[in-house]
Amino acid sequence: MTQHKVIGKALRKVDAVAKVTGATRFADDLAFPRMLYCKLLRSTEPHAKIVSIDTTSARQLDGVQAVLTGKDLPIPFGILPVSQDEHALCPDKVRFIGDPVAAVAATTEETATAALDLIKVAYEPIKSFDSAEEAVAHPEPRIHDYGDSGNLHKLINLEFGDAAAAIAEADLVREDLFFFEGSTHLPMEQHAAVAQWSPDGKLTLWTSTQTPHYVHRALAKVLELPAARIRVIATPNGGGFGGKSDPFSHEIVVAKLAMLTGRPVKITLTREEVFYCHRGRHPTLMWVKTGVKRDGAITGMHFRSLLDGGAYGSYGVASTYYTGALQTVTYNVPCYHFQGARAFTNKAPCGPKRGHGTPQPRFALEVHLDKIAEQLKIDPAEMRLKTLVPPNSLTANYLRVGSMGLGKCITKVVDGSEWKKKFRKLPEGRGVGLACSSYISGAGLPIYWNNMPHSGVQLKCDRSGGVTVFCGSTEIGQGSDSILAYIVAEILGIDPFDIAVVTADTDLTPVDLGSYSSRVTLMSGNAALQAAERARQILSVHAAKKLEVPAERLTFAGGRVFDAKDKKRGLLFAEAVQLAEAAEGTIGTVGSYTPPQSAGKYRGAGVGPSPAYSYSACVAEVDVDPETGIVRVPTIWIAHDVGQSINSMSVIGQVEGSIYMGLGEALMEEMTYRGDRKVVHKIPSLLEYKSPTTLEMCDVITYLVEDPDPNGPFGAKEVGQGPLLPVMPAVANAVYDAVGVRIDEVPITPEKVLKALRGKGKGEEGRVGPKRFPDIPWPEPTRVPTPWEGGDGKAAERVHA
Amino acid sequence: MVTITLELNGERKEVAFEPHKTLLEVLREDLGLTGTKHGCELGECGTCTVLLNGTPVLSCLALGLACDGHSVRTVEGMAQQGRLHPLQETFADLGAAQCGYCTPAFLLAAEALLAANPKPTRDEIKDALAGNLCRCTGYIKIYEAVELAAERMRA
Repeated sequence: MTQHKVIGKALRKVDAVAKVTGATRFADDLAFPRMLYCKLLRSTEPHAKIVSIDTTSARQLDGVQAVLTGKDLPIPFGILPVSQDEHALCPDKVRFIGDPVAAVAATTEETATAALDLIKVAYEPIKSFDSAEEAVAHPEPRIHDYGDSGNLHKLINLEFGDAAAAIAEADLVREDLFFFEGSTHLPMEQHAAVAQWSPDGKLTLWTSTQTPHYVHRALAKVLELPAARIRVIATPNGGGFGGKSDPFSHEIVVAKLAMLTGRPVKITLTREEVFYCHRGRHPTLMWVKTGVKRDGAITGMHFRSLLDGGAYGSYGVASTYYTGALQTVTYNVPCYHFQGARAFTNKAPCGPKRGHGTPQPRFALEVHLDKIAEQLKIDPAEMRLKTLVPPNSLTANYLRVGSMGLGKCITKVVDGSEWKKKFRKLPEGRGVGLACSSYISGAGLPIYWNNMPHSGVQLKCDRSGGVTVFCGSTEIGQGSDSILAYIVAEILGIDPFDIAVVTADTDLTPVDLGSYSSRVTLMSGNAALQAAERARQILSVHAAKKLEVPAERLTFAGGRVFDAKDKKRGLLFAEAVQLAEAAEGTIGTVGSYTPPQSAGKYRGAGVGPSPAYSYSACVAEVDVDPETGIVRVPTIWIAHDVGQSINSMSVIGQVEGSIYMGLGEALMEEMTYRGDRKVVHKIPSLLEYKSPTTLEMCDVITYLVEDPDPNGPFGAKEVGQGPLLPVMPAVANAVYDAVGVRIDEVPITPEKVLKALRGKGKGEEGRVGPKRFPDIPWPEPTRVPTPWEGGDGKAAERVHA
Repeated sequence: MVTITLELNGERKEVAFEPHKTLLEVLREDLGLTGTKHGCELGECGTCTVLLNGTPVLSCLALGLACDGHSVRTVEGMAQQGRLHPLQETFADLGAAQCGYCTPAFLLAAEALLAANPKPTRDEIKDALAGNLCRCTGYIKIYEAVELAAERMRA
C-alpha cells in the first residue's frame, strides 16, 4: 500500500488562519465607495392577489435611489428546469408571509428601511393552506397554476418488481406511519450579496451562495444579460447546509438595482428574513409496509411519502424522489414500491437541507425496522447485519453500490457502546437505540442534463515552485478549498501550504456545479487529481531527461523530484518546473470529472445514482425523565464509512457537526406556523427556534471506517451529510428502550414523551405519531422489472387493456 | 454625529458615528473591523461577542456611545507581532473553525474564560461558551482547542 504524505493526515485547513484571525471576507464584510443599501418589502399575507402597489411616497423619500416591483423583473426562475416558478419580486400574487414584493435601494440602510414603510400594497386574500393534508384535501384554489394535480406539485409512482406479491410471501408484515417535522439550516451567517455594474455592460455579484454556477444562470435569464458579461463570486459561506443552494430573489434584485443606479448595491438579510428564505427540511408524512421472513430478511417494501413543499418548487421534485430513492442501498430490498407526493402550501419554501429528502424516510425506515426486530425477537443490530446489501451490486431500483462498509460500521458502534450489555437491560429511564444510513457522494446526474463534466480544475505551475489550483467549488466551511490543495500536494509531492487555491469565481475558475449533495470531495477531488497527474507527467519527462533516470522511477515528495532507487539523485520541484517551462513554455494543466453512467433508464432514475455511497451506523444513549418528559442524550457512538479520509481531522469534524445537527432535529428543531389565523411563522428568531447549545450537545465517539471506493479520489467518499441521518431514529429507538413509548415523529419534545407516557399509564397505546395517510390521486405506476427479473433498467411497456 | 474614545485592541482610538449605532456597527462600519460578525443583531446568538473591559459582551446590544472611555478587544487584536494567540493556534490546528463565522466570538469568550480560570474543566468551558451558537462543529473541537490552549498558556 502506498504511504501517503498528505492524504489522511490531520492537517490545518488552508484557510484556517484567515478564519481564526477574522480576516476571511464574508459577503457582508464587503463595502464599496458610493454603495447603496437594499431592503426588501415582504408579503404580510400568506396567499393573496396583489391588487395594487403604490411606491410614490417611497420614491420621494430623501436618499432613495430606486424602487423595484414585480413588473421590473417579470421573468421567472428556479433552481430546477421543471420548476421555474419564482419571481425576484411577486408580480401579481403572494404565496407565503415573507414572499418579496418590492425592493428599495437607498444611501443608508435606515433610509431603505424607512422607505419600505411608505410602500402601500393592497392585497385580496385567497384561501391559504398550512399543511400538506390541507393541500391534498383542497385542489382549489390552486397556489400555482402548474403541477401534477390541484395543489399537488409532484406525484411519483414507481414499482420495482411485484412488491405486493413479495410482501404477501413474508412471515411478518408490518405497517407504520411516521411524521418528520420541517427544520431549517440556521447558518450563523445571514445571506448577503453585493452587486456592481460597470458601464461597459458587465455585472459582478459577490454572494454567500453554495452554487455560484446556478446563480450565474439565473441572473443571465432574469436580467436578460449575456452570461459571459456576468461574474458571480461566491464569498466563503458562513455555513450553508443546503440553505444557500438556490438562486435567490435578493441576489437578482441587487443586481437589477446596481444596473439601474450604476452604483454598488448591497443587501444583508435580517435573521427573520433568513427564516423566510428557508429551503429547509420538508415536513414529511410517511407510511411504510414491509414484509420480512423470520430471520428479518426483507421480502418486499412499499413506501409512501407526502411532503409539505411550502410555496415554491425549489429542489422539491428532487427532494420528493429522494424520499424514496435510498431505502434500497443499505438492506436488501428485492421488490420495492415507492409512491411520493409533494404539496404546495402557503409556507416558506422547502428545499435541500443536509441529507436532502433522505433523513425523513431514513427515520421512518430505521424505527420501523426496530419495531420489526422486536416483533421477531431478534437483536436489531443482528437483524441488520444479516440483510446488508452486498458491495458491488445493483439494487432493485438500479442504484449501483460500490464499496459498502456498513457491516463494519455496525460492529464498531455495537462494540464501542457495549450495546449487548445495554440493549433492553438498562434501568427504566435509560436506554440505547441503534440506526444506520447511507448517503450519496454527489448526484450521478446534473440539474441541467448535459454531457459536460460536473467539476473542472485548472492548475498552474509557477517557476518559483508555487502551484495555483483554480476550481469553481465553493468553500462553505466543509473544507473544499483544502481538499484541492491536499490532493494536488500529494500528487506533486509539495507542501499543501505552497499551493494557492482560487475558487468559486465564474470569471476565473472552471465550472463546478456547487457545494451540494456531498459531491465536492469526490468530484472536484477527482478533477484536481487528474490535473495534478497531468502536471506530474509533464514535469517527469523533463526531470527524467535531466537526471538520466527513467520517468516511471521518479518520485515526487518533500518538494523534490528524485530517483526512487537513489534518493540523492534528484532536483527541487521548482527546478523541475523550470526545466519543463524552458522546454514547453508556461506549465498548466486541466482536469475534469463526470460521474459514471447510471444503470436506471426509467423516468425518475435521475435521482439516487451516485459514484459512491457512504455508510453510517449510530448508537444513541438517552436519559428520559418520566416526570418532565425531557430527553437527554449523554453519548452518541457513530461509525462512518468514508472510503478514505483526505483529512482525518476534517472528516471527524464533519461527523461531529452532523451528529450535532441531527440531535437538534431529533429533540428540538422545528419550523412551525400558526395555522389558526394566518400561516405566520411562529418562531423566526434564533432565540425561539431552539437549536442545541454547548449545554445540550452530547459526547460523540467517532469511528472512521476506511473502505476505499474505486470511484473516489484515493478512495474517498462523502462525510458532510450521511452521519446526520441515523441520529434521529437512533434517539427515537433509544427513547423506546428507556421508557417503552414510541414517538413516531420528530422532534421528540417533552410534551410528546409525556403524552405517550400518560397514554401508556392509562393502558392505551404508548405512542405519539400520525394516525392516517390521506388518499392521494396516484398516477398509474411506472413498472420497472428488477435486475433479478432480467430487467435492463428501463420501464416495462404499458399494457393497455 | 458623536465622537467617543476607545482603548481599542490596546490603542487609543477616536471615532465619530451616528449616535444610534451599536458597538457592533461602530466596529464594522466606522472602524472597518469586520472580524466581529453578527448572526441576529438581537442578542440571541453570541456571534458578535467582543470583550468590553475584559468581559464578553454582545456588541449588537451595546450602544456605541455607552462605550466611551472603555477598553474594547476584538479578534483583530488577538494576534501580536504577526504571531497567533495560543487560542488561535489551537483553533486552527484542531479544526475548531469550520465556516469560521462564529469563530471570532468563540475565541474572545474563551480568552475571557482563560483569563479568569486558567485551568477550566470541560463543564466550565461548556458553561462559559453556552451563549455562543455554532452550527458547524458540534462544539467538540472547540472544547478541545480551548483545553489545549489553556495547557499551553499555563506552561
